Amino acid sequence: MEKYLRFIAAPALLSLLFLPFGGLKRAVALFGFLAILIPALKGLFRYLIKHKERFIFKMPQIDKKIILIPILLLSFSLPFAAKDYIVDIAILTCIYIILAQGLNIIVGFTGLLNLGFAAYYAIGAYTYAILTARLGFDFWTALPFSLALSALSGLLLAIPALRLRGDYFAIVTLGFGEIVHLILNNWDSLTYGPNGISGIAAPSVMGISFESLNYYYYFVLVITIVALIIINNVHSSNIGRAWISIREDEIASSSMGINTMSYKLYSSAFGAFWAGLAGVLFAAKMKFISPESFTFMESVLILCMVILGGIGSIAGVTIGAAVLVVLPELLREVQHYRMILLGAGLIALMIFRPQGILGGRGVSLRG
Amino acid sequence: MFFQQIINGLILGGVYALIALGYTMVYGILQLINFAHGEIYMIGAYMGIIFLAFFTAAGITEQSLALSLLLAFVLSISFTSAYGYTVEKIAYRPLRGAKRLSPLISAIGMSIFLQNYAMLTQGATDKVFPDIMGAAGVDFLGIKITYMQIFIIVVSSAIMVLLHLFIKRTTMGMAMRATAQDKTMASLVGININQVISVTFVIGSALAAVAGIMIAMYYGVVNYFIGYTAGIKAFTAAVLGGIGSIPGAMFGGLILGIVESLGASYISSEYKDAYAFALLIVILLLKPEGLFGGSGEGKV
Repeated sequence: MEKYLRFIAAPALLSLLFLPFGGLKRAVALFGFLAILIPALKGLFRYLIKHKERFIFKMPQIDKKIILIPILLLSFSLPFAAKDYIVDIAILTCIYIILAQGLNIIVGFTGLLNLGFAAYYAIGAYTYAILTARLGFDFWTALPFSLALSALSGLLLAIPALRLRGDYFAIVTLGFGEIVHLILNNWDSLTYGPNGISGIAAPSVMGISFESLNYYYYFVLVITIVALIIINNVHSSNIGRAWISIREDEIASSSMGINTMSYKLYSSAFGAFWAGLAGVLFAAKMKFISPESFTFMESVLILCMVILGGIGSIAGVTIGAAVLVVLPELLREVQHYRMILLGAGLIALMIFRPQGILGGRGVSLRG
Repeated sequence: MFFQQIINGLILGGVYALIALGYTMVYGILQLINFAHGEIYMIGAYMGIIFLAFFTAAGITEQSLALSLLLAFVLSISFTSAYGYTVEKIAYRPLRGAKRLSPLISAIGMSIFLQNYAMLTQGATDKVFPDIMGAAGVDFLGIKITYMQIFIIVVSSAIMVLLHLFIKRTTMGMAMRATAQDKTMASLVGININQVISVTFVIGSALAAVAGIMIAMYYGVVNYFIGYTAGIKAFTAAVLGGIGSIPGAMFGGLILGIVESLGASYISSEYKDAYAFALLIVILLLKPEGLFGGSGEGKV
């Protein structure tokens, strides 16, 4: 008897909790659903663990070029084969790849949890928007200012915040993100408040405007590839190794002669720099920006890309960003359930695969 | 005007303090920022509306308002505590002993989940809380205090006193203090750590539920996103007082409420939410251990 009671305890508790919110009929339905689902999942789990050697297969060692070349070919030929809608998503994917790589530098390489990353993204986008739409700068003159300002904001916030330990650093960055969002919303004379800024300039090279979707796609794609190459090189340079050693053990690395404070500052500024670049590309693509695009949820979404892909792994984070841009588009049918699935997915990911898709060897001494 | 703002601030602060206690107790024991705690407060507010509406429909409110309110409070608190218990069991217990980042991310996931769960089941529009107490009140030296405000002040002070007695005088309270000091040692002397953690979550959620219902009665509306801002502000209050310290959370909440209320009336109400964050950053930079917290530096 007790065995059966234990069997229905979890579904009973969950559907009881659901009762005031969902009503009697739906709570009963949920109970029935969970009473079947939970034991089924438990059984499946037990089976998988019992016969795990049957399901573990070694990933064959493939040369990186064999994977990279088809991806590159595919991305360069995309505008010839796909509809505008697909190209549009591809541009967005590239922008988020740059963003997620920026956060990966701070969270993944250096191990500093930043919960206000959208603030740097916003600073890049708004600087570019104000310079081009309100002061008449063109893309190439506005770009350095935007990048410098976001990198500087990353540096300036980090100087005081890095005196704090782990969790507190996360909270200060969260507070910074909120303050930037509030300023964007309320400083009407500069940012036009919640109405946002429109009429943002598109880039051009030697008189050729990249206004059209396909041209802009190539522009963003080339920048993304260059960004990935730069980040990859920095990752395997002295600086990157110093970051990783700080992440793995700060005290040990400072006793090895690494100036941990200045390397953490580099990391923050370098990460914010890429956020600024993504902000510029985003503003130039949308031609209109408003504070809505730079909320705490945006910071969380970027963090999810890093975590899903695998903290610290450049290839993983690229995949994570692509998945989290494309997946919501595929889930358009169940739009309202997207966020609730994201929340549940994060919990499940942390329980079953905290290292993310490609993070298997990432956060270890290998880095 | 000034004293009126102080009173308003104290009321807001009492509510922040109730939520902050949940953050500080969980942080004291698990060293985890329980991001979902703000959402528990939101769930509590919704529970209050749902049960009060239920008893009104059942005709109990007509016969006795006090009975209906009491029942709504008791039921909402029980259900919200059960939510807190379940959240811990699903999202945090499997991650005991994992790297510190994992439970934090799981907490963020739980917060997103609960927020959207409330939106999907209760709708995205404001829910109106029936105005029970009205605007009647007493005049005291030229300051108008409504009965609602008196109710909030009395209930939150009473709860804080009870919590203090619970922590200091009962065996369970002693077990909680021991666990907060050193989990391994506490388990060696026979304390059931999992039980202590569950009790902590249940108590914290009950306090958040009380705060949620009272603020819903005070402002008259509830929405699915109230948990985020309130949660962050209450966390600020907890840090202000020194996270892990229970009297710290109480005072931190009151100070934050007063700062916000004065700032909104004397500086600018547009940046009302920014004062808490600015205060948080300043405190963390000047005195990261908070007003009442001990220094925790130097741990390797």
